Formats: sequence, C-alpha cells, structure tokens
Amino acid sequence: MLKRLGQELDNTNAMVLFKNANFPTPFPSELEYSCSARGCWNIVHTGFLMPEAHEIYVCAAGCLRGVVLTAAEMQASERFSTIEIREENVLEGNMEELLINGVSDILEQLPYKPKAVQIFTSCIHHFIGCDLKLCYQILRKNYPAIDFTDCYMNPIMRKSGLTPDQIMRKQLYSLLHKRSQNNKKINIIGNNIATRKNSELYKLAESAGYEVTEIHDCKNYQDYQDMASASANICYHATAKPAGEMLFEKLNQKLLYLPLNYSYGEIQHYLAIYANYLNIIPPDWSEQIALCENKITQVRNLIGETPIAIDSSATMRPLGLAKFLLEHKFNIFRIYADSFSQEEKQDFYWLQENYPDLQLFAISQIKMRMLPRKSNIKTIAIGQKAAYFLNTPYFINTVENGGFWGFSGIIGMLELLEDAFITEKNTKKLVQIKGLGCGTV
Amino acid sequence: MKQTARIISTYTADVSGVCSALFELGGMSVIHDASGCNSTYNTHDEPRWYDYDSMVFLSGISEMEAIMGDDEKLIQDIISATEQLSPKFVAIAGTPIPMMIGTDFKAIASVIEKQTGIPAFGLATNGMHTYIQGVSMALEALAKKFVINPVEKTKNLSVNLLGVTPLDFSINNSVSHMREILENNQIQVISCWSMGDSLEQLQFAPSASINLVVSYAGLSVAKYLKSKFHMPYLIARPYGKKFTSEIIQEIKNFANTNQVKNPVLFQENRLHDSKIIVIGEGVSSCSLAKALELETGKAVKSVIATEFEQTMLAHDDSIARDESELIPVLKQAEIIIADPLYQPICPESAKFISLGHEGFSGRIYHDLMPDMTDNIDWILSQL
Repeated sequence: MLKRLGQELDNTNAMVLFKNANFPTPFPSELEYSCSARGCWNIVHTGFLMPEAHEIYVCAAGCLRGVVLTAAEMQASERFSTIEIREENVLEGNMEELLINGVSDILEQLPYKPKAVQIFTSCIHHFIGCDLKLCYQILRKNYPAIDFTDCYMNPIMRKSGLTPDQIMRKQLYSLLHKRSQNNKKINIIGNNIATRKNSELYKLAESAGYEVTEIHDCKNYQDYQDMASASANICYHATAKPAGEMLFEKLNQKLLYLPLNYSYGEIQHYLAIYANYLNIIPPDWSEQIALCENKITQVRNLIGETPIAIDSSATMRPLGLAKFLLEHKFNIFRIYADSFSQEEKQDFYWLQENYPDLQLFAISQIKMRMLPRKSNIKTIAIGQKAAYFLNTPYFINTVENGGFWGFSGIIGMLELLEDAFITEKNTKKLVQIKGLGCGTV
Repeated sequence: MKQTARIISTYTADVSGVCSALFELGGMSVIHDASGCNSTYNTHDEPRWYDYDSMVFLSGISEMEAIMGDDEKLIQDIISATEQLSPKFVAIAGTPIPMMIGTDFKAIASVIEKQTGIPAFGLATNGMHTYIQGVSMALEALAKKFVINPVEKTKNLSVNLLGVTPLDFSINNSVSHMREILENNQIQVISCWSMGDSLEQLQFAPSASINLVVSYAGLSVAKYLKSKFHMPYLIARPYGKKFTSEIIQEIKNFANTNQVKNPVLFQENRLHDSKIIVIGEGVSSCSLAKALELETGKAVKSVIATEFEQTMLAHDDSIARDESELIPVLKQAEIIIADPLYQPICPESAKFISLGHEGFSGRIYHDLMPDMTDNIDWILSQL
C-alpha cells in the first residue's frame, strides 16, 4: 500500500534563519521540487486576458501537455490550438515550414476568425535558430486581417534577460496600435489579477475626471485597442515594468511605476507622484491611515498571538508585508520564498536586524518534498504555498496580492486575514486549482 | 500527419511516463529540463502527487548550461540530492533540449552510480513521444537493473501485471480489483509493475508462471523477462465479465498446456463493419472493444491514438495519431466512446460516451474514470 514517506529529515538546506540568510537568493541552486499549490497564473492564463485572441503553441508534446490542459481546465479550448514538434522536425530543421503551415492549417479550420493570434514558440526554436521574423512576415502577409504577436514558452531562458513571465506581460500589450491620445484616460497594466475598483488608483483618478481601464475590463478587441489611446500606464508589479517601458517606446504613453508596498509613507509618496500626474493636490490621507490602524486593532484583537506564515506567491512583497505586520505586533513566524526582488532589499535587512530568528523556508528545495507538512497549533497562512506546507485550513487564498493596492489594499488584506482566522477552507481542493481567479474549474 | 491540433489535447509525454512508472518504488526520478517544466507532471499527469511524497525532481537546466554542455552541475546536484534523501535508485530522464545537445544519460547515470554507490539509470526520453514510451523504457530499465537473477517458481499458477500506471488505470480501485479477481480465481499476483508493490516485491517477478501485459507500455519489460527468464506473456486488459473470464481462462489454459498460441487476446474472433468506435491507448481500447463485442454481439472498432503495433490490430482497428488522421476515421461512427476532450472533433451525429483517460485529460475527468474490470454495464446501457 502506498504511503506518504514522511521521512524524519532535518531541515538543513531548506530552512535558514534571517540572521544567516543571504539576499537575494538564500538557498543554493540545485534540483528543484514543485509543490501542489497551483494558484499562480501561467502564460496561458495571461494570454487569454486579450479578448478575441487565439493562442497557438508550437512545441514538443511534453511541453504542450501542460498548456493544453491549462486551457481545457479554463474551458477555453476553443481559443487554443497546438502544433507538435517531432524529432524529424529537429533533424530536418524545417521549423519555419512547420510553424507557417501549422498556423495556416489551424486558421483555416477554426470556426471563427480571431482578431489576434498569439504564437508561442519554444526553447527548441531558440536553440535551432528558427527564423521567426520570416515566419511572422509570411503569416502577416497571408492573413492581413489578423494581428499576430510573438510569445514565448522558453523557460530555459529564465536566467537570460527577461523571464518568460515578464515577456508574456509585455507581449500582452504588444498589439496595441498607435492612435491619438486622450489626456483624461489612463491604463493600469501588467496585472493578472484585476486591481480592486475601490483602490486609491481608481478613486484618485476618478476624482480628477480620468477614466481608468485595465485589460480585464475589455470585453472585445476594440476595447483592448482603445487602451492605446490612454496617455499613461500605471504599473505596480515589477515583472510588468518592461511592458510599461515598451508602451512608452511604442505609443509614447507615460509610465507611472507605483510599486506595491505596505508602508504608509511609501504609499503616500507614490500617491503624491500619481496626484502630480493627475494635476491635482495630493489629498490628506490621515483618515485612510486611521482606518487602517482601526482595522489592525480589530484584527489583532481577534487573532492575537496566532502564528502567521507568508509565502511569496501571495504577494510580490512578502517581506514588506511581514515587516508591516510585525511592526503592528502580529506573530509572523515564517516566510516561504526561494528568492527576493530587489525591491525587497531594505525590508530584508530590516527583518535581519529586528527579527534575526525569523524562519525562512525554501519552496522548491528538494527537502520540502519530504519534510512533515503540518501545524501543531492553529496557524494562519498568507498564500497557498504556506497553507500547503503547513497543512492548515486557515489561510488567505490569494496570489499577486489579490489585486489590492494602497491603503484600501492594506484594509483588504486585513479583512482576508480576519476571514482566514475565522473560516476553515478545503486546502487540498483550493490550492490545486490552476490560475486562481481566471475562471478555472 | 499535419501535427496540428485545433482543439484536442495531447497525451502525457514520455518523460512523465518514466516518473509515473517509478513513482512508488522509493527511487529518485530527475527530469532534465528547464525550471518549471515539472509542473505538468505534478499537476496533470500524477494524481498521487498531493498525498504521496515520491522523489521526482527537476534539474532546472539553463540556457548557458545547455550551450556549454555542462553536465557537471546536473551530476553534482543529483549527488547532493542523494546525500540528502537516500533514494533506492536514481533515474534520469531527458527532454527536448538535452536531446538536441546530445546529452549522454547513460554516461551520467554511470558516473552517479560510481560516485554514490546507488543504482542509477539514464533514459533518453525527449518529450516527443507519449507516456507509453516512457513507462516502457522505465520498466525495462528497472528490470534490467534489479531483476537479474532467477527466482524459484511459485507452485501455484501466478502472474505479474505489467504496464500499470495511473495514466491508464487512474486511482479508482481498478488495480486492486484486477488483483482481487485474479486471486479469487486461484491466480496469484506476484508483482504489479508498478502500482501497489515495492521495489523488493518486483524482484520476485521471475517466480511467476506467466506475465499479463495490461497496457502497451508493459510489453517491452515482458519481452525482456521472456528473453532473460523464458517467461511467456499474454496481452490484454481485463474489462467486463466475459472478457475478463476469457483472460483468466487463457492463463489457466497456459497452466495446462504450457503454451501460448496468440498472446494478443483481444485480436481474434473480432466482428466486422463496426459503427461503434473506442479511442484510446492500444491495449485498453482494443480490450474494451473486444469486451463490448462479447457482451453485445455488435462490432466495435478500436482507434489507437498512442504508440502501438500494426500487427496487434484486428481487421477493423486502426492507428490515428492526430486530428487530421482521426477526423476521417470518426466520420462514419454512430457511437464513440472516448475521453471527453475528443468530443469537439467527433461528428455531431454520433452519440458520444465519455470515458475519461488520465493520460489524455489528466485530472479533469476523474469522475468519468470508473473501475470497469468486471463491469461495463454503464457503457452497455448506453449502446
């Protein structure tokens, strides 16, 4: 009978105390484990944010399998097709022919005419030196009514320039065509999870008479193209910054990079930049700060000393969130992360100095496969991976900060924390769903 | 073949097949691929992943390591992992880029075995074949590594079940039911390759009277055991009362005659002019077609969408590997029994009976993967 091995291992290599941890990569690069928490979005989910677009993947069967089933689980197979690369294609080097004929064959068979086609090429194309420029030239000539964009599923390139995630977030906006700008129109770009409408990013713009659009609001390709008329793009996710830079180059849309954070001072700083762009006087935020403080008191009184762990899939700034909660006397006892972004540097050193015995656990280190997954007492997890490793039903089921930003975002996260303490969730069922919030069933 | 799929899925790849076949045996399987590429196996190909912590890891090969042909990092990372986790064996399986740069998996395994003293084998999978090939390679390599010496034969009639993974059998009690039925018919099951038994138990395989190949992926290890230990084999997957009884009878016939006439039990006495089609893995779909014919008297055609041998087909059966080959074959069907992800390419005029297949749709249709070892009534009621 198959049993969980549950070996009694020491946690050397998989855990380090903050006082002994290195920034930004606290764990050595070695074999990788992949845990069962699947809420983070992948390139298929992100690509589908473009309305009326069809995705075509050109890869080996083994690489196609994951993306095909991602689309099937989203019940979006009708917007998804594949071209399979076989050994003979590698040997014959007929990659261009396979791509052009394959895409043409699919387009002829489709029961609808997509406005846009995202073609995802793979590591093989990169290594074999496929002439992608030629492929797109021919396809654009043969199908002038379709916008084609080059997307990539080449994870082998993750250490070479932009990561596949960064490229996908960039290419998602690559088909916007230049048009005259509307000075009262702004986009929020680069997010998989839609920004909450009660965020200060919306409220402030609306008070100044601006219209704010995010790709999630676009019902059709025309709505998507209307994003090209915005005068500026707000971006608060570091991995989406290249998208903003590309749009500045291509469409001359100003990039307002207002990184996600959990510090009252920083939030006010970025809102001041934002207000300056909107040409309004920055409001007094003391009321919002008071609301945050009230909520903190309420939640802290409820959950008391209950231990809390945070993982890096829950938010782009796990260390910033840990610092904020520790400063407000919450019992953060553990962080799960493999590495940190440069934006976390100051928070890392602050934690190292002020909470040197705080535990830092890896996510993909091989021992994480075997170490006991349990909590001895009631424990709250912020994020699916922490919930999985701690096997706790008390968790915030979110990724990418759940679309929260600013003071309203802090209150939103505190409400989720409150709910996590009160409501037991089915961890096994929930964390295995791919692409949280994208419609996967 | 056009190699395109407008809408249908693709089968689990060879590299996942390796991991699936070795999952329960206490070894460490290492996929030599780029970071993140193991999530397909963990999410869609391995229903045991959440609850059982088998050691399946990824090398995380980078562009630079591939360009420089840097095998040393892979070797050192695996050695480090063996020191941390003490696996019973190490299996290293390849993917497209290692194939393109000519990674010598056997040599890497040999270095690891020498340096760690832990049995190791390399499998030159490349992600361009289905799980059939991966399971097949893994089981054969396992046998060649661990089933070397003859073992005293059992006094009772006994079998090994070859080619068993959740990719074809799911997690629905069908494997234990298959064992139970055989044992209730006085046929001892020595080992099951490879669900439900330990590596140590597999080493007793040569003591069995005969092998029962229950998926095409079990055939290569059957051939190895035949050449090494002169063990004959039969090929069939038990489905429904009548065909399962036939299989049991054939095993018993062997006990009496010590001969196997045609090992392919689903091939003979098949009916002609079928309007009912079963799509799927070779042994499963042919066995189900045969089982349905026995129960209904109606002809059933098997369409095999994974690697298979032409010589094992019955007259109506065929092999069709992609949409362009499948669509014309399905045109004449009145009833189609297949994984639900095939439905979009089936003619609307045909009645579609959903039979989930882990190797095709992964975890999506678990509810449609029933144990049919001796009961196919739910299909019969729809014909």
